[in-house]
Amino acid sequence: MLPHPFSYHRPDSLNKAFDLFDRCDDDAAFYAGGTELLLALKARVLRYGHLIDLKRIPGLSGVREEDGFVVIGALSSHHLLSTDPIIRRNMPAYAMLSDNVANIRVRIAGTIGGNLCFAEPHADPPALLAAMSATVVLRSGEAYREVEVGDFIESEFATVRTEREIMTEIRVPRPPADARFVFKSFSHLERPSVSIAAGYCPSRHGQRFRLWAGAIAERPMRLSELERALDEAGPDAVEDVLVAAASRAAEELPALSDLHGGADYKRALAQTFICRAVRELVTGESHD
Amino acid sequence: MIEAGAIPITFVLNGREHQLDVAPCDLLIDVLRDRLNLKGTKRSCDVEVCGACTVLRDGMPISSCTTLAADVDGKSVLTIEGVAGAQLSAVQQAFVSHGALQCGFCTPGMVLAVTSLLNEDPHPSEQKIRHYLRGNICRCTGYVKILDAVKSLV
Repeated sequence: MLPHPFSYHRPDSLNKAFDLFDRCDDDAAFYAGGTELLLALKARVLRYGHLIDLKRIPGLSGVREEDGFVVIGALSSHHLLSTDPIIRRNMPAYAMLSDNVANIRVRIAGTIGGNLCFAEPHADPPALLAAMSATVVLRSGEAYREVEVGDFIESEFATVRTEREIMTEIRVPRPPADARFVFKSFSHLERPSVSIAAGYCPSRHGQRFRLWAGAIAERPMRLSELERALDEAGPDAVEDVLVAAASRAAEELPALSDLHGGADYKRALAQTFICRAVRELVTGESHD
Repeated sequence: MIEAGAIPITFVLNGREHQLDVAPCDLLIDVLRDRLNLKGTKRSCDVEVCGACTVLRDGMPISSCTTLAADVDGKSVLTIEGVAGAQLSAVQQAFVSHGALQCGFCTPGMVLAVTSLLNEDPHPSEQKIRHYLRGNICRCTGYVKILDAVKSLV
């Protein structure tokens, strides 16, 4: 199908983008890679009078290290992130995730910021970014705020971003040297049916484990009870509690039945991935 | 309220510079097929899954069904019509030699994806070939002959 006609603007600075937005009578959307927005426009699920293309604004793409953070420009493509040396060195699990987003054409056109802002519930990145305690930077004119990825997505296709805010960066705290992260997912379509993102930092006192489930519910879910059970068991006794705790965590997930599978099926996948992820983190060996 | 009408774009298509005005909502596939009469780019799934509409933008594969024509302004675009010189390209010849096509509908996208892969990595592993071509669907060949064709070039 074809989109409804719209006007198209290509500002070369953030200020011009905000200025354009203000002149579009609340009928404009910011536009980046287009891999999701254009599909929705073509299906006529969404309709805007104006698209404001952010791709010609310098400085919104690329990765840098800064004061203990990996800072990712929101317009960085999935392909760029899968090959970027800073990402591969500091966030190898994310580089692998990024290399498995959809297909090569989507990875080349699609951006991490667009992915997060669209909040398609079966997106790959949010659960792992949340497990890594990443934040997103939202700007609107002079206003600036930082929101944790885990709080950014509210529901299916809904985020805390207001229409006038532009996501400029994703900031990921550089993991300690002994921290490890893994991402487990299964897809029979282009997007994961279920994903589990898990982190483990042996040297940290108290909270060593981080676990998030993605794609299974309306939004990424933190598995706090499971984290607590694993932390309380301690590294040598994880195996004693893992299966029961993973089963409880999966059982409590508000899983949705959809094209990607029934709720029970997804809970079973989640339990399996939790066990695999935690064992891989603790032993350093993958048994996929 | 502001209006923005037709957009003048300049891009290099199959080695030749083109200038034309496009509507903001024009999709690249429609400009290629209907205005420039390049019918080798195929529309199929229309949702970036099947790869039949693959073209290379600055050497990298994109889905022309879900790319605004305005987005190739200042870029270079290669379609299947621009792949061969006086003779078939090595990738095209390998597909012919290995019988790596049947109905042929997916073949332009396949050839362009493989062309891009081999430009990026002239010696990909079989795993990498499979991973790269995961987004190009063929419903005739069962992929074995396509993989044979690509591996013959590595």
